[in-house]
Amino acid sequence: MNYFIVLTLTGIAAGMIYAALALSLVIIWRATRVVNFAQGALAMTTTYIALAVIQATGSYWIGFVAALIAGLALGAIAERFLVRWVEAGPPLNAVILTLGLLLMLEAVVPMIWGAQIRSFPAPFSIAAIESGGFSIAISPFNLFTIAAVVIVVLGLFFLFRGTALGLTMRASAFAPEVSRLLGVRVGRLLALGWGLAALTGALAGMLVAPSLLLYPNNMDAILVYGFTAAVLGGLDSAVGAVIGGLAIGLALSYIGGYGGGDLESIGALVILIAILMLRPQGLFVSGPERRV
Amino acid sequence: MSLLRRGAIGIGLGAVAAIAIYGIDSIDAYRVFQISTVIYIAIAAAGLTVLTGLNGQLSLGHGALMAIGAYTTAVILLRNTDVNPALVMAAAVVSTSLLSIVVGIAAARLRGPYLAGATLGLAVGLPGVAVRFSNVFGGDAGLSVPSISTPDALGALAPEVWFAWIGLIPAVITFVLLANLVSTRYGRDFRAIREDEIAAQLHGIRIARTQVIAFVLSGACAGLAGCLMAYTANLAAPAGFPLTLSLELLAAIVIGGIGRLPGAIWGALIIVLAPDLISSFNDALHLPGGVRAQLPLALFGAVLIVAMLGFPHGIQGALDRLWWIRSRVRAAR
Repeated sequence: MNYFIVLTLTGIAAGMIYAALALSLVIIWRATRVVNFAQGALAMTTTYIALAVIQATGSYWIGFVAALIAGLALGAIAERFLVRWVEAGPPLNAVILTLGLLLMLEAVVPMIWGAQIRSFPAPFSIAAIESGGFSIAISPFNLFTIAAVVIVVLGLFFLFRGTALGLTMRASAFAPEVSRLLGVRVGRLLALGWGLAALTGALAGMLVAPSLLLYPNNMDAILVYGFTAAVLGGLDSAVGAVIGGLAIGLALSYIGGYGGGDLESIGALVILIAILMLRPQGLFVSGPERRV
Repeated sequence: MSLLRRGAIGIGLGAVAAIAIYGIDSIDAYRVFQISTVIYIAIAAAGLTVLTGLNGQLSLGHGALMAIGAYTTAVILLRNTDVNPALVMAAAVVSTSLLSIVVGIAAARLRGPYLAGATLGLAVGLPGVAVRFSNVFGGDAGLSVPSISTPDALGALAPEVWFAWIGLIPAVITFVLLANLVSTRYGRDFRAIREDEIAAQLHGIRIARTQVIAFVLSGACAGLAGCLMAYTANLAAPAGFPLTLSLELLAAIVIGGIGRLPGAIWGALIIVLAPDLISSFNDALHLPGGVRAQLPLALFGAVLIVAMLGFPHGIQGALDRLWWIRSRVRAAR
């Protein structure tokens, strides 16, 4: 029973990271109808940038902020200079383009920083908190992970629902032509959407690196988990992405805890196929059934 | 047009055969290894290009399907090293086809990014099976595969050289079968579904069944390629089938032109030979080793991006265009 609680708590912490990545996929999907397969590689890149900044300045927090800013910039650049030219074309072209970006980032990063596996610092202890002789199975870093993702999710929610900027962003995703006629700078907002998504992904990369370690394709599996979470939530629903991320985090924690860690990626594959076969429209999307 | 295509396939295969006949006996072991690699990459790319180009299904899982073929080969040869290579190849094709039926049935319900995501899961998840069941599949170290023995009549020939020769046979069979398939009813059905599913359905094409057929056919090519890969590398190990393998296959078909069979050969040649070309330029550039090792992958990624931005039809598309312009010029005279 105690072990079950441990797995549940660590599953929630991991789930928040998958939720952040799922959310970044959902933001881009809603803005441009593209699944950004380079999202994991972008997060890996910003985490390397964070590590370089941390080593140069000695401060985790300067590195943390640098990663988020780098994410914002890289995402906006990717949309403005690459994705914009294929958005109107066949959907397959956009997918292949993001895969090209993935391949390129995973090759260019080791050119700069080397391909060896690196450890990544955590700002708080990753050992479980002890209280009166009992271990409560969750570490200060786990709590920080949960808090950081919750803050970003609430921030994005406020941006999209509570500000004029968010309203125009939703409008330009929903009806780009009409928005353009009404004077909205749709292109800029799409770039901003990609930037915000990459920022959220960068957060996920920073939070997963202390336990996963940092190497050029360390986010491949996390991308699959995030995609599974996003599909579970319906790919169109931000709330769904967060709940989907938590569900995948818990499921993989139980699978890994009771079956062995090497089962996690296979488990994610089985879950993904099962969702796509049984409920392809996801759990949190209302309205007409989509064609997947 | 289709005559032209078949002609181009013939030329491409002829070029490979010529390299084999004139060079294979006298060149060093590394070149022989490269020729065998081009052959199996071309087979896998041919399968992928039919699936993606004709039927519009993008699979990122073909590297994983190659792993199925390779492990089938390794497991059979572990039990009995003397099994006829033709039988081993057939077994690899059958086992991969069986898994492809399962994946294909799931894939037939998925479109575009969903299919790409699901097959991405396959590419990332499947190597875990080999690690998990290490008593059967040898874990991270993998299983070793014995070389094919040279027949007595050709006793002087090294086994790798002999294998590079006989690897051509399944390659030729695959390309001839696929080239013919493209112009039959099935090929037309594949294209009809890619262009417009509802219109295809109205013409009586059974969408799901045709999609599964396309996936299984394509998967069978990947399985055959995996079998040849195991023989070539003398090894089947999880590290041989990373996600980048699937992405390299994608780069190969994009370079050659998506949906164009001769393009699969061009693409395979470039994918396999690019690292060598880069090393030869490196004498002038003096890049550090870490950069040189990653440069091919960075270039393939850049090629995917640039191709999608500017040249979606690849090398074979450019060649077809040249032929077309030439025939126009002739007709004008």
